[in-house]
Amino acid sequence: MGLLPVVIVGASLGGLRSAEALRRSGYAGPITVFGDEPHAPYNRPPLSKDVLGGGDVTHASVAFPQRAATADVDWRLGTRIASADLERRLVRTADGTEVPYRALIVATGLRPKRLSARTEGLAGTFALRTLDDAGALSDALTPGTQVVIAGSGFVGCEVAATARQLGCEVTVVGSGKLPMLGPLGPALAEELMRRHEAHGVRFRLGTHVAEALGQDAVEGVRLADGSEVACQVLVEAIGSLHNTEWLHGNDVDVDQGLRTDSAMRVLRADGRPWVDVFAVGDVARFPNAIYGDVPASIEHWNIPTETAKRASRILAMQLAEDPDVDAAIAERFAPVPSFWSDQYDIHLLAYGLPALADRMELLAGRTDGECVYGYFVGARMVGVCGIGMRSEVMKFREEVSRYGHVAIGEPA
Amino acid sequence: MLKVDVDRTQCQNFGQCVLEAPNVFVLNAKDEMEYTPVVDDSELENVEAAIDVCPMQAISLVSGR
Repeated sequence: MGLLPVVIVGASLGGLRSAEALRRSGYAGPITVFGDEPHAPYNRPPLSKDVLGGGDVTHASVAFPQRAATADVDWRLGTRIASADLERRLVRTADGTEVPYRALIVATGLRPKRLSARTEGLAGTFALRTLDDAGALSDALTPGTQVVIAGSGFVGCEVAATARQLGCEVTVVGSGKLPMLGPLGPALAEELMRRHEAHGVRFRLGTHVAEALGQDAVEGVRLADGSEVACQVLVEAIGSLHNTEWLHGNDVDVDQGLRTDSAMRVLRADGRPWVDVFAVGDVARFPNAIYGDVPASIEHWNIPTETAKRASRILAMQLAEDPDVDAAIAERFAPVPSFWSDQYDIHLLAYGLPALADRMELLAGRTDGECVYGYFVGARMVGVCGIGMRSEVMKFREEVSRYGHVAIGEPA
Repeated sequence: MLKVDVDRTQCQNFGQCVLEAPNVFVLNAKDEMEYTPVVDDSELENVEAAIDVCPMQAISLVSGR
């Protein structure tokens, strides 16, 4: 019997970067990556923008380049892992095959939350997470089509902009007071809504879709206030769920993400780490030193890469019996979250976590043009976000990354 | 030397590469990305990191020798 592989479950950004970082960190042994989608790793952010809007819904247009160092990785695509036994160190595929591992990296990410209203089997209802989702939705966004988007977060707003540019009639239904209120704060969220409305998007805020109307195909929605909006396309963009069900029955904490320590090692319920099980990317709920080490999952694009590098380096050192591994585990882990969003000609770029702020302040430019806002908790900057003005936004990244640094004697 | 290539049809001047490899990539006064196409081998790690963080996946390493 040969050496057991490092098994990575999840073949998207986090899984890919984990495999690459294992090689870069000197691990030369076998790596097996399982992915439930049939596609090799690809970049998801363009799905709601260029892919949906441009009609080029091909894997090649979004595929991540494969590096030579990972050419010998065993990619098991289209193979869903159904369960795991962390005590026995194995995972099981959907057909029951047991795959033993030397170490496990969990990179199973998120899936879209669906409406509690019945939409299953109703033609014209969509969620957007995968390339295949984008292909299906793209075909439905024809000029003149009435589109209701449930959810006014990143995905909802981006799909609204794209659908409007394709000539659809768009209504966004959001439970908050303003679209993208959490990440943008009131002043920018209000401006974003104003610009969407100037493009002809309608908003129904402070309510939600209570019922989808129609027998075989969606014909409209009934909102919580009893009013109805006609549509032929309903996009469900109300948030995400962590893909952790396959870990059921193991001693792990899956409340709002798979809990890890700052070395990205998965924790048991009592807080002790599984030394050979790591989690990376959107699925992981990890402590970030910038935010006082309170474990949180951060669903921003740069986090899979940052957490994969962290986990893989420590795992590679462990497998090599490197005496410095304990020092590496103890190192401060403080990845700066970053996000961006493109809607029409609005290019948003942000660092930090504006959603934590109690106050926002215009730092540069004009809100109705290009601008930069700072987000503060007391006197401390916790986030920065701009429309355009990227160099200006980037100047504040350093300050935002120091949010959690409290000097001795300084009030927190 | 390393040869770096940026697909200009993809690049949208996010500037994330600038944070990872400031000796190779810069944002100019108009917020447009400019880069040095041939750089020293010592930049390999930084360029690899820049490739990783590019939201548009527009950067590639043509050859390293």
